[in-house]
Amino acid sequence: MSSAGDGEPRHHILSVLVENKAGVLARVAGLFSRRGFNIFSLAVAPTDDERFSRLTIVVDVESAPLEQVVQQLDKLVNVVAISQLAPEAAVERELLLATVAVDAPRRGEVIELVGVFRGEVVNVGLDRLTVMLADDPDTVDDFERLLGAYGIVELQRTGRVALPKLGRSKAD
Amino acid sequence: MKLTGAQALIKSLETQGVDVMFGLPGGAILPVYDPILGSSIRHILVRHEQGAGHMAEGYAMVTGRAGVAMVTSGPGATNVVTPLSNAYMDSTPLVVISGQVATSAIGSDAFQECDITGVTMGITKHNWLVTRAEDIPRTVAAAFHVATTGRPGPVLIDLPKDVSNAEMEWYWPATEADLDLPGYHPRLDGDPAAIARAAQLILAAERPVLYVGGGVLKAGATDALLELAERTGFPVVTTLMARGAFPDSHPLCLGMPGMHGNYTAVTAMQRADLLVALGARFDDRVTGKVSAFAPAAKVIHVDVDPAEIGKVRAPEVGIVGDCRRVIEALLEALEAAGLGHDDAAVRTERGARGRPGTQAASRPARDGWWAQLRAWQAAYPLHYEEEAGGPLKPQRVVETLRALSSPDTVVVAGVGQHQMWASQYWRFEQPRTWVNSGGAGTMGFAVPAAIGAKVGRPDRTVWAIDGDGCFQMTAQELATASAERIPVKVAILNNAYLGMVRQWQEMFYAERYSEVYLSPDLPDYVKWAEAMGCVGIRAETPEEVAPAIEKANAIDDRPVVVDFRTDAFEKVFPMVPAGGSNDDIVVHPSQAQGRVVQ
Repeated sequence: MSSAGDGEPRHHILSVLVENKAGVLARVAGLFSRRGFNIFSLAVAPTDDERFSRLTIVVDVESAPLEQVVQQLDKLVNVVAISQLAPEAAVERELLLATVAVDAPRRGEVIELVGVFRGEVVNVGLDRLTVMLADDPDTVDDFERLLGAYGIVELQRTGRVALPKLGRSKAD
Repeated sequence: MKLTGAQALIKSLETQGVDVMFGLPGGAILPVYDPILGSSIRHILVRHEQGAGHMAEGYAMVTGRAGVAMVTSGPGATNVVTPLSNAYMDSTPLVVISGQVATSAIGSDAFQECDITGVTMGITKHNWLVTRAEDIPRTVAAAFHVATTGRPGPVLIDLPKDVSNAEMEWYWPATEADLDLPGYHPRLDGDPAAIARAAQLILAAERPVLYVGGGVLKAGATDALLELAERTGFPVVTTLMARGAFPDSHPLCLGMPGMHGNYTAVTAMQRADLLVALGARFDDRVTGKVSAFAPAAKVIHVDVDPAEIGKVRAPEVGIVGDCRRVIEALLEALEAAGLGHDDAAVRTERGARGRPGTQAASRPARDGWWAQLRAWQAAYPLHYEEEAGGPLKPQRVVETLRALSSPDTVVVAGVGQHQMWASQYWRFEQPRTWVNSGGAGTMGFAVPAAIGAKVGRPDRTVWAIDGDGCFQMTAQELATASAERIPVKVAILNNAYLGMVRQWQEMFYAERYSEVYLSPDLPDYVKWAEAMGCVGIRAETPEEVAPAIEKANAIDDRPVVVDFRTDAFEKVFPMVPAGGSNDDIVVHPSQAQGRVVQ
């Protein structure tokens, strides 16, 4: 999903600092839809400065050149700053919550799988388990696929968040 | 000083220097209409809110200042959506103030409620829903700042009724930093390294064209452009939005490119080895099929909007900045390379002589290029045919109008065939003398835009050249013009058809005419004009054209409408069929026989 064959990654991550004002998300979403840009995922969160929020947008760079997406986004008056994160230069994380249909005899298999992935069992029912994994998106994809064998009843993924990878020299 | 929000709004507009606004009151905006009674601002009461928006656009396009329109909530606000979209496409600075239902009623489907900030999000540069009276002065100042700086554009302020009625302590934001726009920083100065690279390309070009767009007018860069053209000796094409940015009478001017541009302007771009795009955006009506557009050309693209650089065509050199500043910096870079101002070169194809020993001294001669351009001009001038005793040709009307009017006349057009004939056959000599709807193609633009233009430039004669289809969309505003004593003149090129659609149906739909006939007599335009307090005149033959225009030009105390009965079958040429390559330009049938092969 994150890469098209062995070529360039299809997606790029934009970390967008926006003013924390009513309607900002609609402005960003409206821009993407009217310009025909595709989004893989979108995560919104407050920042340590209450005037601003941060959007982490995973953009499909096959739908439009990244530069054009960035320049159009930057024209939105409420967009304060945009940083581009190439997938190879970013640490990405995504959280998955899934409820799996599994009766008592096979419960152990799922718990073992969760253990292998270093996830967590967060809720247990008579014939269901809700499990969680926070990891890089490819690993989360693998986990989801393996869980699928047991029957996923409900699934929720957050979309990815990302920060730049740190270099080996000291930050200033 | 305590003021109501409504008083603060009007005082903010006055402080901002607004002298006129166009509007129509209603429930939600009522509080704001009360302090207008004591204001220095002239308010012009329109008959339909679309008229207010287009008037504000016409005002802005001739003055360079933001046009202001005021409307009520709901349908009042939605009626101004078309002007907002039009202004967004043509980068016209517009500030629209809309009333809104009280904040407590927002979201409840209240009477005349409409989410107008939601509706206009995609067609404004920015919009604001003001929720506290104390935010009004700052929001108004921010709105004008955003509308008029960088790439200009329309903005909207939505003002709920309870906010208008609430009290606030008056203040005025002292500096730009007080506007609370942390994400808005237009880039005006071009990157010096990019400008130096551009100068190199200019000095090396053999078949250059200066591709001038509306951004040159907006930046007030026409003097700098003239200097650049004369120093380089480069030919200039002016797009539909840039007519008047460079004098049509100048020997370096090739006129308008594009779908209905002249053969030389279109073909010069196709064969160029360098296009210097100045405040132009490679619109599809200019490029034709993009993959076949100017295939041999390197491109220097100057635009104040970074998103325009590379949006359609990847340039060799992209320069983000204000056109005037960038052209001036480019002139300095050329000077440094040895290409200075040269009085002897002014208006010549040679351009300035490079100083001996400099790079400019050895730049390629462009004699062959100019010889080619002159050959095209001779072979394919704009052309139409008249026969003795035949119908009145619309081009004849435009040419006669031009001949009998002062060169500083402001010409306003709607959208369609009449617009193209006006842009082709009027000779534009001065900036801001041409007002039309380019990007959006808004029929009905001309009458209200002409009224706004006349309000902005009362010293000028303002002629709207309109079509009969367009005229019927917004003609009610002539009642506004009569009531407010705004003496605009309207020339209807009445061919009884939605002419451009008719032309396409003739050429591309096997003459299957579907829903394009209007009738020359219904309505009776002379009676309609008279009913609205205007003078109505009719001209049906070529002989009647000049007397009708002279009569109209002599009237200066009320609007005039002249109903010119023109040939219904006349088509606009040249024409590049939609989606086709500019190489496939269709010239007038009488010219097609002897077509020169390159």
